[in-house]
Parts: sequence; structure tokens; C-alpha cells
Amino acid sequence: MIRFEQVSVRYEGTDRPTLSGVDLTVPEGELVLLVGPSGVGKSTLLGAVSGLVPHFTGGVLTGRVTVDGRDTRTHKPRELADLVGTVGQDPLAHFVTDTVEDELAYGMESLGLAPGVMRRRVEETLDLLGLAELRDRPIATLSGGQQQRVAIGSVLTPHPKVLVLDEPTSALDPAAAEDVLAVLQRLVHDLGTTVLMAEHRLERVVQYADQVVLLPSPGASPVMGTPADVMAVSPVRPPVVALGRLAGWEPLPLSVRDARRRAAGLRERLARIPLPAPEGPSPSPAPPEPLPAPAAVPPTFLGRLLGRRPHTAPGPLPDGDVTRVEGLGVRRGRVEALRRVSLSVAPGETVALMGRNGAGKSTLLTTLVGMIEPTTGSVLVGGLPPSRTEPRTMARRVGLVPQEPRDLLYADTVAAECAAADSDAGAPAGSCRALVSELLPGVPDDTHPRDLSEGQRLALALALVLTARPPLLLLDEPTRGLDYAAKARLVGVLRRLASKGHAIVLATHDVELTAELAHRVVILADGEVVADGPTRQVVVSSPAFAPQTAKILAPQEWLTVAQVRAALEAPVPGEPTA
Amino acid sequence: MTRTTGAARLSRALRAPEATRGNALPAGAWWLWALGLAAAASRTTNPLLLGLLVGVAGYVVAARRTDAPWARSYGAFLKLGLFVIGVRLLFSVFLGSPVPGTHTLFTLPGLPLPDWAQGVRIGGRVTAEQVVFALYDGAKLAALLICVGAANSLANPARLLKSLPGALYEAGVAVVVAMTFAPNLVADVVRLRTARRLRGRPTGGIGAVLQIGLPVLEGALERSVAVAASMDARGYGRTARVPASVRRTTNALTLGGLLGVCAGTYGLLAAEGAVYGLPLLLAGLVAALAGLRLGGRRTVRTRYRPDRWGARAWLVAGSGAAVAAAMIWAAAADPAALHPGVVPLTAPVLPLWPAAAVLIGLLPAAVAPVPPPASPKDSEEQS
Repeated sequence: MIRFEQVSVRYEGTDRPTLSGVDLTVPEGELVLLVGPSGVGKSTLLGAVSGLVPHFTGGVLTGRVTVDGRDTRTHKPRELADLVGTVGQDPLAHFVTDTVEDELAYGMESLGLAPGVMRRRVEETLDLLGLAELRDRPIATLSGGQQQRVAIGSVLTPHPKVLVLDEPTSALDPAAAEDVLAVLQRLVHDLGTTVLMAEHRLERVVQYADQVVLLPSPGASPVMGTPADVMAVSPVRPPVVALGRLAGWEPLPLSVRDARRRAAGLRERLARIPLPAPEGPSPSPAPPEPLPAPAAVPPTFLGRLLGRRPHTAPGPLPDGDVTRVEGLGVRRGRVEALRRVSLSVAPGETVALMGRNGAGKSTLLTTLVGMIEPTTGSVLVGGLPPSRTEPRTMARRVGLVPQEPRDLLYADTVAAECAAADSDAGAPAGSCRALVSELLPGVPDDTHPRDLSEGQRLALALALVLTARPPLLLLDEPTRGLDYAAKARLVGVLRRLASKGHAIVLATHDVELTAELAHRVVILADGEVVADGPTRQVVVSSPAFAPQTAKILAPQEWLTVAQVRAALEAPVPGEPTA
Repeated sequence: MTRTTGAARLSRALRAPEATRGNALPAGAWWLWALGLAAAASRTTNPLLLGLLVGVAGYVVAARRTDAPWARSYGAFLKLGLFVIGVRLLFSVFLGSPVPGTHTLFTLPGLPLPDWAQGVRIGGRVTAEQVVFALYDGAKLAALLICVGAANSLANPARLLKSLPGALYEAGVAVVVAMTFAPNLVADVVRLRTARRLRGRPTGGIGAVLQIGLPVLEGALERSVAVAASMDARGYGRTARVPASVRRTTNALTLGGLLGVCAGTYGLLAAEGAVYGLPLLLAGLVAALAGLRLGGRRTVRTRYRPDRWGARAWLVAGSGAAVAAAMIWAAAADPAALHPGVVPLTAPVLPLWPAAAVLIGLLPAAVAPVPPPASPKDSEEQS
């Protein structure tokens, strides 16, 4: 269906090709998964299928890409529109009209289908994707998962033979992701659509793939094979595969179900090992983080004299907690975004906020930094009410890395960004740069922040926020778009921060990250706290929020592959295995 | 007995149904209604009538708007109207006005201007007459704006496009996409300003605006490019193969027609060319329309569920037209009632018949389909 013959792509102003020597055939009716670390050209490869890559993005493509016999060299994207449906990373950038039904019809209108046909297909697609009751809704009012489904639906209506998806589930909560994947599977099975998709969250998708294409490193030629074969050599792999490799299971399991069948022996062996490693809530000897230069360092300038200086002084923590939220309610218009939320976080503690899209996670984080004023209840961060405290003071108490880290970046070089952060925080010159080199080694000073990869940008934003050394650190959906390597680095960094006494609150959909990092999990639903407890207790019992390792070893409460590995290797009673 | 059931059936048939895609009023009907009200407003300076017009528009908006994002623009237009009145008053007070008056309210220190600036005045005497005149004048403009705002919040502007001829549709889509640039820009500014707060910087001030200006523009540009890519990949701008002769004829007709329209208009306006002006204008129009029609052959696009003009649409559009017609007629019949005197200051009175005519504009609040109740949870938050 899709053929790549000796394809190389080189963008202008780069010294080496993004893709080179790609030879690839995707047969009809298969779901093919494209994997690889960030920056290896996955999006470029996907763009080449729809013709957007040479025609729209510029750059030079050598070789030949044909889709169902049509050469993308001679066919512009619009002439492939009846054949290839493309959904990019950001569904919002995909929409042309503003209501669901019009959006579904847009592609068909462009192709000039007869009104009767259009009407029938829109109805079919609304049912197929479960969008029927949203048909008249403006797209802007939909949640992330709904938007993603509308985006997929909008390219399905022209009945393309090929569907190209770039990270379709990254922004979604686990339940919404399963919805989308179920739809894709139905398309492949019932309609014979060929699906080519790239996705970082392999734990969600690898079991559905018929074939996997691995791009191991930039410019390297791709490896294609069955999922089990490719996963055996892949540098990126989901926990289920990692566990399989650790236990030495031969045909590597790809789904929790396969793994469970083979895990009986492992479970038995683990049952003999005392217990899952001592769950580390907060390393209790953690001192409450020497408060960062409260009022002494601020650079003196005029506004400061008029500012609320007395507010700066009463900094100390009332009873050891970094933040304390009681009976918090937030209303936006008629919508109650949060209701009666109570939460306190101790120094050194890592808390994961989970819940479906729109449950109020981001609202809670933004309330903690004072961008939203609580409607009822009280919020204290480091003893201060955030919404009534000067931003400059607040930045020393709490730092938030927003969902889109690039919002924090204004300057045009990393060095300028660091200098600005130092002066903002009143930190001695160079302290931000030191953090950057620690979190993000090997990035030269004169790099433009926009040229950094997703993971690097996150690290830079994190460094900027940490320059003020806030005892409370908030991260909103930090692993979106990160590959496993970048994620592992992030986990390392956050662990170190927590052990230094920083309290960390993450809002995330990533159950594996939660399992690895969080001491405590708080689940929000409809703006209320529905669960709050140690990670193991909250997560293991929940079908949606349990990490793969926990599901595989179910009655036992292991959360991560690392725990299992440590348990198998360290204590001597058992016998070492491959 | 039969009569009661008959009446019951009639009242059931008359009661407005709940709005769905199928019975949605064409955007054009709402616009005609609103333009009718606006035309009526342009014929009077009577503040009571203007207030009545604004009230009618406001009532219909309150009764029939949805909770779509564009439906929230009514408040913005109201504020804009008040702003216009304020500006008009301010100009009148500081720059004076040609309205003679005897009731001096206060005197501002005047600024002597050189001879060549004759007719321009800064400061000086401010009379009650001139203030009232400015107030009436500003109110008229504000009422016009508010009527347009009502149309904007009742009908999705993008759907007006559905009524464009095929040859213009693609251009129309481009315009609409370009127009979404502005609201997105505002959203970006808000987001980046809050992000500044995260870095402990003050969010106000010129410095803040300058610093986030570039990232905002960059972001907006990136998004526009992304939308363009998406449109391209979804078949925007696909054309059918058309014989070269047809293409050439289209070009000749369109170009020639537009030239004809220009020349004709010039002829009409230039007084001495009135003889050939009108025929030239008409011929140009016909040629241009034919060109558009022929050009439509190149586009393959079809329309999905175009809005239908039903009885309700006619009633809505007709009510607006009726208000306009009644007011134009009243302006001709009794100009004094519609333009309350300023120079001898008199209290405006509400003329009975024009006021009753304005109330016809309330008809849409009864006949237009009722939008469904607001969804309980409008998940505007994204996480």
C-alpha cells in the first residue's frame, strides 16, 4: 500500500539528512507502528506519506514514495486527500470549521462527494466514534479525548485507504486512549484500512500492532518486523517488554494478558522475596529545604520599595507542610472546576495528581501558583496565600512547569534565558546555567530554545523554574511527547530533587511515571478528590491507573520493572537469572 | 370540541421547536433581521426609540443564543457601543460642535489657534444642546453596532460562507481561518502573561507586552501554518479539469465585468456620465456574475446540509425588514417625532406607531427554534 524506495529527506540548513535510505513496504490492511527515540525523523516519515513533507514543509526528498500506486512526487497533498487521512500531533491545529458535524463533512465537501453520501457517512462516523451526542457542539468546548476522536473522524469520512497518525494518544487519559485505539482496531479489522502511526507510549499501543518499524537512530535505516522481534532489539520498550526481557520469556509478551500467562513462575519466585522494596513515602530525614534567599537577595529596584515587603518575611512553614489546601472550591463561570478539595504536601514528598481530562488537575496546579483565586476555602503555599502575593515572592515558594514548557521561554538563546532567570530570582549569576548543565548536559549557550527537542525544552524550563529554588515544584503533564530515554532522565532528576527536600506535585496521565516516582497518588474526578493515599494502595486496585508491572504480577504489589529487577538481583536467597 | 383540539394542534405547530442542525435558521435570516433593525436605527435619533431597538435586539439574543464561543460576543458589542457614545461626547466637549446653544453648562479654557485652523476649536463653551446632540448621535451609532453584534452572536459568521457562490468559497474559508487568528492571538497573550507570572515577573506594563509580543506572533504563525497543512492534506483547493477555453472565458468575463462595474460606478457618480453609467454598471455586473458562475465549474466542492429557508426563516428575516420599512416610512411621514428637537431643548416623546412597529422585531424570539439548554458541564478546561 505504502512503498518507500531509497527515500532520504534533508531539510534546508541542516548538515545531515533527517531520513536516509529508507526502504519500506507497508502492506494493505495492517496496523503498523513506528517507534524510535525522539528526533529520529518519525514525523518526517509520516509526512512523506501524505505528501506534506516535500510539498509543504520544504526540504529535499530523494527516492520515491508511492501510496496505492500514486507517486507523491507528482501528486500534491490535496490530490492524495481521498487516499490518505492525516492527523497530526495537535488536534486543535487540525480543525478548519468550528462544529463537530461540519468538521466531519469538511474533507468530503472538498472532494465533492454527493450530499446524500456525505450525510450517510457523517452519521456512520458519528456512531463509529461515539460522537453522536456531540454532533452540534462547538469543537472548542470539547475535551482532549473528544477532540482527538473528532480529528480522526474528520479524516475517516472520505474513506481513505491509509490513515497516518502522529502520537494519537499522547495527550489522552488512559480511558480516552483506549477508546481511540479501539476505534483504530475496528477500522483495521472491519474496513481493511491501513494504519501507520507513531507513538511514544508503547505500553498503550504495541499490542495492537501487526508490524513495528523501528528507527533506531537519526539517519539509520529502519528495521521492520513483528512486534515481538523488533521489541527484542528496540532501545525503546514498554514495561511489559522490559519485564519479559528481564525474566527471559522467549516469545516476548506484548500484552498484559500474554505476560500474565507466563508470569506464574516469576510470581512464585517473587513471593518468596520478603516484600516489595520499602515503599519510600518521604525520606523522613529530609530537612525542609533551606528556604531560598527569602528577602535578602532581591535586587533593589524602585518598585520593590513600594512592594509589600512585610509579606516576604512571614515565610516559615506552619507545621512542616509545604502547601496546605483546605476545602478549596474554584468556579469558572457556571462550572465548578474544583469542589471541597483538601490536600497537603510535606517536604520531600512526590504526589501524582491523576484523573481524566478535564477533571480539574490543571486548575488545582494553577490555583497553587496563584493564577486563579479560590472561590471558597483556603490555599497556603509556604505560609502565603498565592493569589494575593506578589509573583516575585511567590516564585520563591512554588514553581510550575506548564503543559507547554515553551510558554516559559522568551529569549533567543539558552544563555540569555539563564541570565534572565538569575535576575528574576535574584540568584547569583550562573546558578541557572549550572542547573541547565546538570539537567541538560551538552547544550551550547547559543542554542535557540525553539531548536531544542521536547525533552530538552522541558529540562530548560525546569531549570529556569528551579533557579528560584522553590520548595514546592509543580509539573503539568511533563511526559507528553517524551521518549523513554528522556522520561528516564526526567525521573532521575525529579528523584534527586525530592531527596533534597523539594516537594513535587505532578499532574499526569502517565501511569508508569506515577508508579516510578510518586509516593502518593491523588485522583480527581469532576473536581473532587476521590482517592488519596500511598501510590501502591491507590494504583494497584484500579484497572485504569495500574501500571503494567502491577497488572502482570497482580496479587503482589510490584509497581515497576526496576523494583522487580532490584528484588531479583540484590537479595541472595534466590538464584540469579538472566 | 373540534375547535379546542384544532387550537391545541395549532398552538403546538406554532410553538418553536428545539434547535437542531436540521431546523437551524440560515445565518442569512439572522443577518437580514439584524440589518433591518440597524437600518431602522439609522433613521432615528430618538433615544427612546433607539433604546427600544437595542432592547428588542437584546431580548432576542437572550432568548435564542446558544453557548457557542461566538455567541458570547454580544456583551463585547454592548461595551463597544457605550465606548462609542463616550468618545462622541468627549469629542463634542473638547472640540466643540456646530450646534448653537444657549444653555451653557460650563466653560473649558480655550486654546487659541492660528488663522489657518479656522473652524477648529479646542475647549471653550460647552452647551447642553451640543451635549444632547452628541449623545443622540452617539446613541444612533451605538445602536447600529449593537444590532450587528446581535447578528454575530445569533448566527455563526462562518456559516454565512455556506451561501457564497462556489467560486468564492475557497477564498471565504481562507478569510475565516485568517479571522480565527485574532481570538487565538488574544488567548496566546493571556497564556504567556500567566506564564510570566510563573517566572516571578510582573504581568502588566509595556515591558511585559514587548517581551511576549514576539513569542505570541511566532506561535500564531506556527498555528496558521499547521492549519494550512491540515487543509491542504484534506483536499482544500482541489480543482476539476476545465477546458482551457472555459478558463479563458471565465477570466475575460470576470475581469471585463469588474472593469465595467468600476467604469459604470464612476459614470454614475461623475454627474456628466449618467447616461452611460447605469447600463455600463449593469452590463459589468452581469458579466462578473457570469464569470463567477463559470468559475464555479472549476471547483469540485459540494455542500453538506446547506441551511434551508423555511417559513421560520422568512418570518425572522421579514420581521427585520418590516421594522426597517415601518421606520423609513415613519421618517418620511413624521420626521419631527423621530428626531427630537435639540436647539430648543425638548424632552423626547415616544411616538406610538413607530414604537409599535419596532416591537415587530421581537418576532424571532417566538418563532426561531429554541437552542437546547446549556450542557451541564462545559469542559473548557484542558488538562
